[in-house]
Amino acid sequence: MRYAETGYNLEIDLSRGSIERVETDQRLTELHLGGLGTNAKILWDRVPPEVEPFSPDNLLIFSTGLLVGTPATGANRTIVSTISPQTLLMAYSMMGGFWAPELKYAGYDKVIFRGKSPNLVYLWINNDKVEIRDASHLHGKGAVETEELIRQELKEPKAQVAAIGLAGENRVYMASIEQGRSSASRLGIGAVMGDKGLKAIAVRGTKDINLARPAEFMELCNEVLQYIKVREKKPVPGVMPILAGLGSPAEMKLVDEEWHTQNFMWGNARERKKDYWNKEIEEKWKETQESVRTRLISCYNCPIKCGALISVPGISTYMMKCFSKLTYTMAAYSDLDFGFRIAQRATEYGVDGFSTPQVMAFALELYEAGILTDQDMPGMPSDNEGRFYWLLDRIVRREGIGDVLANGTHWAAQQIGKGAEAYAHNTIKKHEQLPLKLGMLNPIYFLMYATGEKINITQIEGNFPQAPFPTKEEREEFVKDWIQVPDEKFKKYLLDWEPRGERSMPYYPTVEACCEIVDWQERMHYIDDALGMCAGLSSFPLKPPYHIHNYPTLISSATGMDIDEAKLWEITTRNRTLLRAVNVRRGLRRIDEKPPEDHWKKRFPELEAKLLDEYYKFKGWDNQGIPTKESLHELGMDYVSEDFEQRGIIKNEQSKEESQGNQDRS
Amino acid sequence: MSKVKKKVKVIKIDLDKCNGCRACELICSAFHATPKYSSNNPARSRIRLIFEPLKDVYLPVYAGEYAAAECMGRDKYLIDGKEYDECDFCRASCPSRELFKEPDSGLPLKCDMCEDDPPQKEPLCVQWCINDALTYEEREEEVEEEVKLEDVETGLESMVDKYGLQKVVDTVARMSKKG
Repeated sequence: MRYAETGYNLEIDLSRGSIERVETDQRLTELHLGGLGTNAKILWDRVPPEVEPFSPDNLLIFSTGLLVGTPATGANRTIVSTISPQTLLMAYSMMGGFWAPELKYAGYDKVIFRGKSPNLVYLWINNDKVEIRDASHLHGKGAVETEELIRQELKEPKAQVAAIGLAGENRVYMASIEQGRSSASRLGIGAVMGDKGLKAIAVRGTKDINLARPAEFMELCNEVLQYIKVREKKPVPGVMPILAGLGSPAEMKLVDEEWHTQNFMWGNARERKKDYWNKEIEEKWKETQESVRTRLISCYNCPIKCGALISVPGISTYMMKCFSKLTYTMAAYSDLDFGFRIAQRATEYGVDGFSTPQVMAFALELYEAGILTDQDMPGMPSDNEGRFYWLLDRIVRREGIGDVLANGTHWAAQQIGKGAEAYAHNTIKKHEQLPLKLGMLNPIYFLMYATGEKINITQIEGNFPQAPFPTKEEREEFVKDWIQVPDEKFKKYLLDWEPRGERSMPYYPTVEACCEIVDWQERMHYIDDALGMCAGLSSFPLKPPYHIHNYPTLISSATGMDIDEAKLWEITTRNRTLLRAVNVRRGLRRIDEKPPEDHWKKRFPELEAKLLDEYYKFKGWDNQGIPTKESLHELGMDYVSEDFEQRGIIKNEQSKEESQGNQDRS
Repeated sequence: MSKVKKKVKVIKIDLDKCNGCRACELICSAFHATPKYSSNNPARSRIRLIFEPLKDVYLPVYAGEYAAAECMGRDKYLIDGKEYDECDFCRASCPSRELFKEPDSGLPLKCDMCEDDPPQKEPLCVQWCINDALTYEEREEEVEEEVKLEDVETGLESMVDKYGLQKVVDTVARMSKKG
């Protein structure tokens, strides 16, 4: 018997309309755990770099994580992986909600799509019965609307549905996959789903998920739950309210937006409004939020209420989480009421709440600059809010200028020309980033922005505070019960870290310490993404209930595998290296690994180069960020270096290549 | 029948506090697995969340008695402007719906307040609802003495309803010979 996992994947060929149930290789679980780890293995094995994102040979993988469906609080994530039309690299985006556990209970760990359906279809998984059904009547329907229609049509109110809206159908590069209160939004995976002619996946499951050593596993689960209870009553002092608790930032619960509105940029990631927040705005926003928020809600098996039901009078109820309440608001220089209103339409269309407002603000900037003209924008209203609705409608339909903007700021700027490139200033690897522009370079964040395979800072933040505490007393207080650190030295890094003076940014933490901090934070994400654990209870917040010291027992007792900290560390390294390998094979190099030029005002080219040099070395990569033959060998991944050699990505003597790279690098 | 003092176990359900996470369903199914916690499957749970997010309907319901036949009519409740459907508040394991039945056998399920040895301080669903939508209290009441059906009896009763007593007796007799 397989424990924690089901041991089966569904393989769906949409071109041929075939459905297969395939037993998985248990050795892969031992090597990669599951979720993102095994997704990367499948993409490495089956999607060579020649395959274009919109090729029938591209795969679209919906995966559960290894612990999804067990009583481990917060293990509910769906990890969707494919090749991104926007970055042309591997995309993985994740969602919480209820879909992944339902798939597990139906008896599958993953659903893997290949091919393209000639007509719009949806997949209906009802335990052992799986069918591809016609979805022509759902063409153009909103994502949330589609979920409801499918549940009604199947007469199965308990089915969990993940669906795309119009944006996905039209292969908009910001298209998301929506699922009730959650969505997998980044990097255009909704566009790949639309390209495959797949409108939705509905799933219903009533089977068991088994545990290997249930008593031991439950003891840990109970401890975790008790810890959450205590931790929720004890917010971390000295950090902004949204980062003091567990979960993703409690945007739905809290009204105080002083930090976001004054530190994040407005418009096209341009303008910081340092004195925006005041009593009057706070009152008004409080009224807005409380009048539309009917209930705070959670994902499957999690007590933290990161989401909310939003009912704005006159428009359909929808569900929201985290930061999308402010992305439209701030991009359009508007207010919270506008944010809640337009987010409803955007959710039905199924678009990413980070990239989309930025693309629209970018378009309006080009218009102000005369690069786009009235000819490009026929009939566009004169007010900012009206313009945002107008642009949104055109982008998701790929109408007129919307067809260009639908490819995101990077590609749109190239297509528009006339100097538009300078306005697409906030991307990494062609993907829109948070509208954050700061003063002093933060060396830890420099590395995370530059090298993160998620190509997106949100939620790769981690367990180490984002900024130093002002006083020694606060630092001492913080490290007292900091049990999550993998090693005591991290406490010292924090204790010594000061806002000003010798031990402050950018030269402190030292390059070496930065490498270790980034590595630790990233590792925790890789564990979560393989287990299907929500980052909000583990790798994202300060002092979370799950950490490197309790994970090994949790995984071992659930699965029956024998995993200690060292082994878990090794699996994480393997998964992280494999993602890098997939992207290296698709052309990712050092030159691509840079945050936006204007992300920090004060930049330090020599230090930044050194940070990258040392971090690559630390990770077992060469000077171009390519995993070395030796490190691949240690991880049992000779198959990767053989492929690299065949393709001429690495030569037999990598060291020569490395010194060459040193001279060439920008 | 004589009057006896009985401890009444009460689970208080505060609908406004429910965040819809269904941890109650999950932990119920795990607790009632054999061996305990060895498997997880909300479809086996003796508490189910009636759950229509877009209508803001969040209603945990516990499995009660097995009902051989469905009701002749249906009710609708309008509470604070929200419409609750037909059987939402009903605890019965009944032919009209799939709730509170073992997914494999179709046999009825019933909440037993997590009777355990040693006793649990609260039913597991309450322990796992840290948002306090479910809270537990006990009170004493004088009630008529009654014979309580065991799990097996509840199951057998429904088999008897479906197939008739004789057939069940015959089957059990045949099975015990084989065994």
